[in-house]
Amino acid sequence: MAILVIAEHDHTSIKAATRNAVTAATKIGGEIHLLVAGSACAAAADAAAGLAGVSKVLVADAPHYADQSPENLAALVVANAASHTHLLAAATTCGKNFMPRVAALLDVAQISEIIGVESADTFVRPIYAGNVVATVQSADPVKVITVRATAFEAAGDGGSARIENLSAGPDLAQNKLVGRELSKSERPELTAAKVIVSGGRGMGNGENFHRLLEPLADRLGAALGASRAAVDAGYVSNDYQVGQTGKIVAPQLYIAVGISGAIQHLAGMKDSKVIVAINKDAEAPIFQVADYGLVGDLFEVLPALQAELG
Amino acid sequence: MKILVAVKRVVDYNVKVRVKPDASDVDLANVKMSMNPFDEIAIEEAVRLKEAGIATEVIAVSAGIANCQETLRTAMAIGADRGILIQTDVELQPLAVAKLLKAVCEKEQPQIVLCGKQAIDDDANQTGQMLAGLMNWPQATFASKIVVAGQLATVTREIDGGLETVEVPLPAVLTADLRLNEPRYATLPNIMKAKRKPLETTHPATLGVDVAPRLKTLKVAEPPKRTAGIKVADAADLVMKLKTEAKVI
Repeated sequence: MAILVIAEHDHTSIKAATRNAVTAATKIGGEIHLLVAGSACAAAADAAAGLAGVSKVLVADAPHYADQSPENLAALVVANAASHTHLLAAATTCGKNFMPRVAALLDVAQISEIIGVESADTFVRPIYAGNVVATVQSADPVKVITVRATAFEAAGDGGSARIENLSAGPDLAQNKLVGRELSKSERPELTAAKVIVSGGRGMGNGENFHRLLEPLADRLGAALGASRAAVDAGYVSNDYQVGQTGKIVAPQLYIAVGISGAIQHLAGMKDSKVIVAINKDAEAPIFQVADYGLVGDLFEVLPALQAELG
Repeated sequence: MKILVAVKRVVDYNVKVRVKPDASDVDLANVKMSMNPFDEIAIEEAVRLKEAGIATEVIAVSAGIANCQETLRTAMAIGADRGILIQTDVELQPLAVAKLLKAVCEKEQPQIVLCGKQAIDDDANQTGQMLAGLMNWPQATFASKIVVAGQLATVTREIDGGLETVEVPLPAVLTADLRLNEPRYATLPNIMKAKRKPLETTHPATLGVDVAPRLKTLKVAEPPKRTAGIKVADAADLVMKLKTEAKVI
């Protein structure tokens, strides 16, 4: 019996969040297998084989896994679920999409976004936007689990797993990808960044957001994030959103600028090591979680901050 | 075309919940309850599809205690035509809800099921995907735009890297993300009208569904609290502290 981690990848490399899911698997204990379903994905399979702690990589290579449709992916995982005690995936938008489908097809519960492993059947997960943590026990024969990446270290390299080919499942052809509009940026990825500069409604408009926050982010080698209010107001696109329903981040340094600190936003960033808040409202809830608070007009503070950093 | 919308009664999003002294669960006594915000977006979208002449009927479904009737009345005040309450006092988990919805789908034969992408109480984000799996229907989750033409839904989805557009043949399950629409406020005349709309009550046993929970909550706790730090005087002070005290830049 082994644990199967479903890898997220771009057909050539493994996404960072999968490394955190592998670490969660090591905490459960047992042999770890990685499933790579893709199209012309040999390079991703090789990368998967190099992850520390993984003993076997299962590869399903077929054109109908190119777009990672949840229907085809779930069917493949279900077909290969036997002989695995646990099925794990990172709680990314990809993992959140297909994993519950896997659980339903296996007639088991899913345990969403675990942040801790107590034992092979007991896990810790946040509820109510992270204001409460629940310890839950599953009696199901197979545990289907998504993993909150920020709660586990990333597995390193140095493994040498054997690679085994799986026969691909049929193409269910239920979901046709029309196109993707992905944000292109030279900055680090939000969920993997060591430093994040995040803007809220206080930025006033999209022009200010970019003009004032980008130079600061670039100076600090930081990723750019945003509150829901800033995204809803159209300052930046949805993939910037940090919060309960956006991205969950835990960088070394999180600088919140013009963000009031609704609980839904705090849910996405309160595990950051150091939090800085810049806000003109001294009563803003963000100051209750900030290690360093600066009460002031961001339009004056940001240029001064930039000048201080040089 | 019928659209079925699943709605959940949850603790209002403005309420900060507390853990019971015995750590068995969160304390829901005398707490304000509302419709899950994502489900409100789902209802709004279904009503807009009806107003656009694409849908002919919008059916709101809720599962849980008798008070879920209020949630269904809210859905009908937004514009759902009728409501179905699957009444039970058992704690319902996503797999059980998906099975209940499957039973309703088999009876009502909707072309689209709309759900909120996640409930803000258990933050599970599962029910829509589970229902799609049980029905062997396609799924398009985290929708920020839905266009229905004939037997095809074109859905723009919010994903980690940006946006993705997919086409799914109907019937299908779609789940609503935040930016799909801005739900209308129910007007007083519509709230009054909703009171007269049909509301059917059924039970899990009638639908032949075993809703026994699969996960057992052993305990709940409040996470370690962050304490407020210090206020700095100005940008220079901040940079100095980040460099010499926190050592993060």
